[in-house]
Formats: sequence, structure tokens, C-alpha cells
Amino acid sequence: MGSVIERIKQGKFWTFHGGIHPPEQKFLTTGKPIRAVSIPEELILPLQQHIGISADLQVSVGDKVLKGQALTQSTHPMAVPIHAPTSGTITAIKNAVIAHPSGLSELCLFITPDGKDEWRERHICTDLDILTTNDLMGKISSAGISGMGGAGFPTQVKVSTPEKIKFLIINAAECEPYITADDLLIREQSPSILDGINILDKILSPDYILIGIEDNKPEAIKVLQQATAENERTQVCVLPTKYPTGGEKQLIQILTGQEVPAGVLPSSLGIVMQNIATCFAIADAVINDIPLIKRVVTVSGQALKKPQNIWALLGTPVGFLLEHCGYANKDKKHVIIGGPMMGYSLPTDQVPVVKTTNCILAPSEKEISSPYSTGTGEVECIRCGQCSDVCPAQLLPQELQWSAKAKDHQQLNKLNLFDCIECGACAYVCPSQIPLVNYYRIAKSEIRQQTQLDIKAEHAKVRFEARKERLARDKIAREEKQKVAAEARKARMNSGTTEAKSEMSAVAQALARVKAKKAQTTVQATTNEETPSVNDGQKSQVAAAIARAKAKKLAAQQNKFVEKPIVVNENTDVLKPVDDKKAKVAAAVAKAKARKLVKKTHEKVLNVCSTVIEEKTEQVSKAEKAVIDKKTKAAAAVAKAKARKLANKKNDKALNTDDSAINENIEQVINTEKAVADKKTKIAAAVAKAKVRKLANKTNDKALNTDDSAINENVEQVSNTEKTVADKKTKIAAAVAKAKARKLAEQKTTVDATPSNEITNEQTE
Amino acid sequence: MSVLITTLMAILVLGAMALLFGAILGFASVKFHVEGDPLAEQVDAILPQTQCGQCGYPGCKPYAEAVANGEAINKCAPGGDDTIKKIADLMGVEPPPLDENHDTDNSPKVAFIIEEDCIGCTKCIQACPVDAIIGTTKQMHTIIADECTGCDLCVEPCPVDCIVMIPIAKTPQNWQWDLNNIPLVQLD
Repeated sequence: MGSVIERIKQGKFWTFHGGIHPPEQKFLTTGKPIRAVSIPEELILPLQQHIGISADLQVSVGDKVLKGQALTQSTHPMAVPIHAPTSGTITAIKNAVIAHPSGLSELCLFITPDGKDEWRERHICTDLDILTTNDLMGKISSAGISGMGGAGFPTQVKVSTPEKIKFLIINAAECEPYITADDLLIREQSPSILDGINILDKILSPDYILIGIEDNKPEAIKVLQQATAENERTQVCVLPTKYPTGGEKQLIQILTGQEVPAGVLPSSLGIVMQNIATCFAIADAVINDIPLIKRVVTVSGQALKKPQNIWALLGTPVGFLLEHCGYANKDKKHVIIGGPMMGYSLPTDQVPVVKTTNCILAPSEKEISSPYSTGTGEVECIRCGQCSDVCPAQLLPQELQWSAKAKDHQQLNKLNLFDCIECGACAYVCPSQIPLVNYYRIAKSEIRQQTQLDIKAEHAKVRFEARKERLARDKIAREEKQKVAAEARKARMNSGTTEAKSEMSAVAQALARVKAKKAQTTVQATTNEETPSVNDGQKSQVAAAIARAKAKKLAAQQNKFVEKPIVVNENTDVLKPVDDKKAKVAAAVAKAKARKLVKKTHEKVLNVCSTVIEEKTEQVSKAEKAVIDKKTKAAAAVAKAKARKLANKKNDKALNTDDSAINENIEQVINTEKAVADKKTKIAAAVAKAKVRKLANKTNDKALNTDDSAINENVEQVSNTEKTVADKKTKIAAAVAKAKARKLAEQKTTVDATPSNEITNEQTE
Repeated sequence: MSVLITTLMAILVLGAMALLFGAILGFASVKFHVEGDPLAEQVDAILPQTQCGQCGYPGCKPYAEAVANGEAINKCAPGGDDTIKKIADLMGVEPPPLDENHDTDNSPKVAFIIEEDCIGCTKCIQACPVDAIIGTTKQMHTIIADECTGCDLCVEPCPVDCIVMIPIAKTPQNWQWDLNNIPLVQLD
């Protein structure tokens, strides 16, 4: 380590493999001071502006916020809060396009500034010495500071390393062409930057502080050297200009000669690196209590009349800044976020400046042609090997490119694809103009996704196995329980106590009852044809049995005409002249049909669909009607039998009492019918609802209005048919009642001559 | 005579050595027997573990076992061509195209219960191969989206059709780069 410092003091540095010297183009902005611009009309703040996860939202739409107020908060170390860049009102919280190469949307806060720029309460720290390390880290964390060089790693995580730190490296290399944001910041804000470095020094207490800066920034170097002149431990390291000196691993290698192994953090080597703009933000946060709400952005490129560095509030739309710099190329917009080497084109100029935005590049067509106007111009690889000569990570770019094109993930891992820093040097030198970095980016995201899928698959497998085990366990437990219960019962019965005896006798009685019932039914079956009833009590039972049998037969017959065999089975199995069951059967029929219908109509267009549905609804209602008819017939048979019985019994009694009893019966019948009808309408409504949803799903791409009307028609039809069915039913019941009353009257008047009397005679015989 | 003795000696010595080495080898093959990774396990590791049953087998493992026993390797619809290619590599055969009898739409989806329509019948819970549905009798059910494999098995048993399959949205986190890039040219 001593030798490292000796070398640095002598101005000798190591070097990294490869590297390129692209045209710097820094002259466009380097001569002008950082400009402050007015507050834009609207600020767009993405909830996540760094690597990690977004923090929890603390505000809602309509809230008034003050400048510097925290808008999100979290205790998670990888979640960095965001703050209001100015005072104003939250107008919306919605998805908006963010500064990301995908051009996809993420959740953003929209703030309309009120122009007052009113600060929240601030606690300005005048003496750094009274703050402990924890205080400092807490301030950095709550100020929402993440790395401002480009990657956006949460600073608080970086500085809370438990390792003993030998070197704190401040990255001021700024090797990417065009960008001069750090250069200008150093020249204008060197006292604050030094404060920031001192704070980091206090937290990390490194042996040495190395400030790495490229030799193409003479003014900034002079300022830094003056500011650090009396500090022995701080060294300003003036490095030869070469791209990508500013890469973390490259700068570490240049300054210390150490290579950071793959998959290892520099802190394990005793090294922490911070961007110089981050140092400024730390000083602002700790001393002035200003959270990270603004940053220097280089707005450059030959398409601009006045390219300049700008103090931009986070959330400022890119278009607003371009306008301030005199963007002329209105018709052919091609705007790049980041530098020309590592940046990406923007889909729209309404994306906001975020914590990691260091440059907005608006090149003329001559500088960098738009990908939208020209193709990539890629031709075949000629195996010249220039790419591997310039690769700072000492990879084999052409091999990687072939494997990436072949999607050979195993080979890509073998070639250490994930050590690629995506600096773009290989693509820059490629004579075949192959966009190599993009192939690597695609391959990297594919591998990452595949890894995620593998993890998910493994997880699903574990859950599947666990479920299988659980089912097996449950089955065994159930069987065991049943076995135990059976054994216990047996033991109890054989124990010889009075309880056991009574239980046994209960079982015996139950068996006897079953036998008796069987015998009775056979007797009934034989006696039914000859002697319809034996006595008054049995007569109604027999009549009911006949009615039941008839209803069953009819139902079976009717079901032969119904298409689906499953429906037939369901019907014949459960159809009994009990109202509840019938309702259930009807429901099952309706449901089955509805489901079938839904399946059938999947392939058909809406019109065909609705007609089919109408047809089916008719069929359903017909079937229901038929069922109801049978039911009413059965009920009528029951009523008839009862009426007959009554007539027989009450021959000598007054007509009035008879009539009232019959009326009561009929009323009961009608009531139950009504209840069934209600249920049916409900079921029909449910069926209609399901259909409506199906229809709605299918006709997503069609106009909603036509849909709705069609659906409404259907629903109306269904309910209408239901109503008519219900009406008919009550009418039938009324007619039956009427007929019965008439018959009864006839019976009463001519007691001896009626055929009912014959039955009575038979009975008495 | 001496020639005969020498020959006999040689035969005896060589025979004894052969026996000895044979015994050592035999012992070693029993003692250091390596349980080779069975093919079914390897195939199972490649399959996407959606447990969807679209291949006609009740889960990924049964299909893996069937593949190891000679079943066609192109029946895994959720895995798609990638999975077929991997199995083909493993088995040393040409990757056939996906069986056309199987669903080709293998875009990632996740099941979603329309909660106001759920009647709490628990039928979907019984169908879910990874226990990703929570709920109980006559209580509304819901799906743990992170656990759902998008296998589709819960959709069919639902009596009120309240389960829909929603495609997983593209976010900047799961977005894949495409070649819509910045062309780099030599600047003058």
C-alpha cells in the first residue's frame, strides 16, 4: 500500500486493458457556467430513480407539498426516498414514460409547482464534529442520495460497509464524451465537494482519499489541487484521458493496480468509490439539510443553439431543458439520455430528469444519425479482433456476439458475459458496425429472466411436492380416523352394556324398517293397478306414488329429446315430485346448458352467438315449462286424490267446508308453485348474468353499445319467458283447481251415480 | 523342462494377478458405486414446473419420467421451443417442433379471481397444483400471484367462471432489450 501511494505521488499509474479515444466534444459546454433555469410547469417524479426498490408513497393526489418534503419513505436499505423539488400540489399519481431504454411506463408523481418555492423546516448544521457516524448515515439515507454517476446505487448502502477501508476513491474522471457536468461542478462548488469528501472520510475513515480525474479538465484539476493542498491523505490523481477510465473497476485498477474479481464488491478489497457529484449532494444534505432534489445536467449536442450545463430540478421534463438550450431539430427529434457511448435514445421528450441523468444529448444528424432514419448498418463480422483489443474487461467480444446470437447461455456464462460493463468500446471500433453491446444487453436480460424462471420453477416444484405429500398425509389420516371410529363402534357394541344393546337394537330396527319399506313398495306396486287405495291414509300415498312414477316416466321421455346425455342422467336420477329437488334439477339443466352454450359459442361471432343463446334460452324455458307441466300434473293428481278422499269422507257433510279445504289445498299447491317459479327466475337471472359476462368478454373489440343492447335484449327475453312460464303455471293450477271444484260438485250432487263411488265400493269390498 | 516350468509359472503368476485385480475391481465397483443422475431427474429439471398437465401427464415429474421412457419430447406447451431444445440436447436428438395438439400460446400468465363473483365453492383450491389459492367454504377465494404458475387448471372447475388468466405485464424490470439502439458512428 505504501508503494501504491508512492507511485501515485510520483504521478505513476497503472493502466487497464484496451480503451479508446473517441472525440471528446466537451468544448461545447465546458466554457460556460452552470445555468439555473426557471421552475417548469409540471414536474414528473418517478417513484424509483435508482437501483433497488421503490419506497412507500406518503402523499396522495391533491396534497400540498413543500420543497424538500419526503414523498416516499421506507426502512428498506435498497429503497431510496424521493422529495418534492419545489412547493406545489400533487396533481396525479399515475404511470408515465420514464427515462429507460424500454420506453415503458412506471408509477410517477405529478407536481404542479405553485411558484413560491417554499421550503419545509430546515435544520442547518453548522458544526460537523457534533454529528456521529450514525447521524451522518441517517441524513444521507433520508436525503435520498443514490450514486449520481449513472448506475444509481444507494449511497447509504455503499458507505455502511463493515470492511476496513484503505482507499476512498472519488470518481471525477468523467470519461464519456460530451459530458462536463462534474467538471463544472468542481469548478463552481469545490468547497461543498470538499465538505462532502470530509463527511465520507468521517464515516469510512479510509487510509487515503484518492480523487481520480482525467487530464482533459485542467481548470478543475487546479481547483481541486488548491483545495486539497494541505491535506496529506488526499491525493488528486491526474490520469491520462482514455475511455472508459471512469468505470469503477477500471479506475480502481488504474489507481491501485488491483483488479476487482467478478462478483465481488470493491469494499471487500478495502476500496469504496463515490462519484464527485454524490459528494456534493452529501454535503448539501448533511450541512444544508437539502435532500437530493436537483442536479447538474449537461445539455449538449450540435442540434442545440446554446448547449450548456443546467441546474435541473429532478422531475423536469427533458423537452423543457432542450427548449431552454435552443433545440432546433424539431421535426427530427433524436434525443439521447446519457453519453453517446452508454446512453440510449428516448421515445419522447416528456421523460423527466432523474437522479442518475447526467447528460441529455441532442445530436445533429451528422453527429449521430438517428436509429429511426437509418438502419444499424450492421454487416458480417470479419474477425478482425479489434474489439478484444479495446475491451477494458479483457473479454472476447466477437465470441460473445456469436454466442449471444445463438442464445447459448452456457457458453456466454463461460465467456464471463456478466463482467461486461457495457462501455461500448467494442461497438465503437467495430468496422462492421455491429452493435455489439446491444447483443450483450439482450443476452444479459435473457439470462436474468431465465434465472428468474428457474428459481420460480424450482419453487413451484417444491410447492407441488409439498402439496402431494399433504394430500397423501390427509388421506392416510382420514383412513386411520375412520378405522379407529369403526373399531370403537364395534368395541362399544360388543361390550354388552345396556347402551350397546340399545344401539344394536337401533341398528336392527333400522334394518327392519328398511325391509318393511321394501316390502311395502312391492306390495304397493302390485296392488296399485287393482286396488288404488286400501284405506284413507294409504290412499293419498299411493296416489302420490303413481303421480311420482308418471312424472318420472314423462321426464324420462322428455329427456330423450334433450341433446345432452349428462343432462338426461341428472334428470332421471334426481327428478322427484318434490319442489326443491325439481328446482335444483332445473337449475342443473340450465347451468349445464349455459356452460355448453358458452363452450359452443366460443368460436362463433357475436350475432350467431346471440341467436344461439336466444334459441337455447327458449329450449331451456321449454324444458322448464315441460318440467313444470309434469309437476303441476303430479300436484293435480295429489290434489285429486285428496279431494276424492275428502269427498268420500265428507259425503254427508256440508259443501262449504269441503270447498274451503280444497281451496286451501289448491292454495298450497299454488304457493309452492310460485316459490319454485321465483327460484327459477333467479336461476335464469344467474344464467343470463353468466352469459352476459361471456358475451362481454367476447365482444371486447366491438362497440360497447351494441353489446349492451344485445345483452339487455337477451336478459329481457329470458325474464319474459320466465314470467310467461310462471303465469302459465298459475293459470294451470287455477284451471286444475277449477276442474276439481267442478268434479267435487258433481260428486256431491250425484253421489251414487259417479264413478268415484265405484272406487269406494271396490274399497269396501 | 525348465521352459515348461517357466511357462507354467508365468501362467500361474499372471492368472493369480488377474484374479487379484479382478477381485479388486469387482469390490471397487460395488463399494464405490455411483448412483448416476437418472434421466428423468434431468428432464424434470428442464421442465418449467407449471404442473399444468397440458402434456397429458399429471404434473411435470410424471412427464419427465415418461420422456425418459421414450415419450415424445415436444408436449410441453408452457416450456415451448426453448424447453424442447434443451431436452433434445440432453437426449441427443433433433429438436422437433411443438406438438400441434398442444396449446402454443405460452406467454406468461397469472390467474385472477373476480372476487365479487366468487361463491366460495373451493373447487379451484382443489385443482391448484401448487396451493396458490387461499380461501375456504363459502368465503371468497384469492390467488397468490407470486405463487401462481399460470397453469390454467383452476379455470375449468369454476362453476361461476370467475377465474380469468391475465398476461403478465411488461415492466422496465422484466423488459428485454431489443435492437432499437443508438448507432455509434465515427464523429468528425
